[in-house]
Amino acid sequence: MNSAFLYALVGVGLFSLGLYALIIHTHLLRKILAINVMGSGVFLVLIALAKRTGLAVPDPVPHAMVITGIVVAVSATALALVLMLKLVAATGHAELSDDQRESQ
Amino acid sequence: MHDRVAIQTDHTRKQATPLLRILIALPVLAVAAGLAYIMLSFSPVAPGLSGQVTDQLAHSGVSNPVTAVLLNFRGYDTLLETVVLLLALLGVWALGGTELRDEVTPGPVLDSLSRLLLPMLILVAAYLLWVGAHAPGGAFQAGSVLAAAGVLLLLTGWRLHVNLAALPLRMILVAGPGAFVLMAVLTLLIEGHLLQYPAEHAGLLILILETAATFSIGFTLTGLFLGGIPRDRDIE
Repeated sequence: MNSAFLYALVGVGLFSLGLYALIIHTHLLRKILAINVMGSGVFLVLIALAKRTGLAVPDPVPHAMVITGIVVAVSATALALVLMLKLVAATGHAELSDDQRESQ
Repeated sequence: MHDRVAIQTDHTRKQATPLLRILIALPVLAVAAGLAYIMLSFSPVAPGLSGQVTDQLAHSGVSNPVTAVLLNFRGYDTLLETVVLLLALLGVWALGGTELRDEVTPGPVLDSLSRLLLPMLILVAAYLLWVGAHAPGGAFQAGSVLAAAGVLLLLTGWRLHVNLAALPLRMILVAGPGAFVLMAVLTLLIEGHLLQYPAEHAGLLILILETAATFSIGFTLTGLFLGGIPRDRDIE
């Protein structure tokens, strides 16, 4: 097994850890962090698989996608955090309620 | 100003029981195993699009393949990406922003250190922007370093001057997407294809686009960190 697959498997591991945390935690900050960990796993998979060119230089297209993706992930996280803070300001809870009546 | 305490976890809420954790962990493990199996079934050698990029690199105006993909071959990706950044900031502003941060006066050490670091960060950003043409670097890296400088300024209690918060700030924020859209329209009219640069001017055009994008990315990310509309009495 070459190093590209090792890094890709680490990426899969990060993605799965993030997925588990996303489901198990109710606090929205933890959910946002979990989504970021999942995203990092996806980026790692893309970068790792780009190495399989058989040449010294990796495939630049996934690298360009990841650079774009990181900036988009950062801005989406910022928007999510502000949404969370607005929810806290409105309801006093950093969790989404299962009960519809509770939020009224 | 809101209460910081409000963000703490409400412990009276139901926590996941051990049985539930296992019931959730099992399908997640199954997903992980499936993904790992798919990863390992890929061919160990897959050139992807690297051959096409290498073939066309000489016509792109830059010698760094990643920059060539970002700004030339798939320029519309980057165009839309700058728009996504702007939309995220507009979303934060539309929500009214947050005022969680305490206004603090920095001590003399922090104050003088930030004054030393800031020109350095701007210099590094400029270097990254320039070096992107032939080595790892480019608008995103430079914009992120610029945003780090902005975050440092915000953390040390610096605020944008009121006169600059309205129109000048907004001009910088739309400079990147604006330059991209303008370039897209011009190349569409002159060359016949969206963001297809004339080969002899491609390097210069890419540098202009990257410069505009760097400023926009840096200021947008700083604005996202601030989490609210910069104080401006004309707007409120």
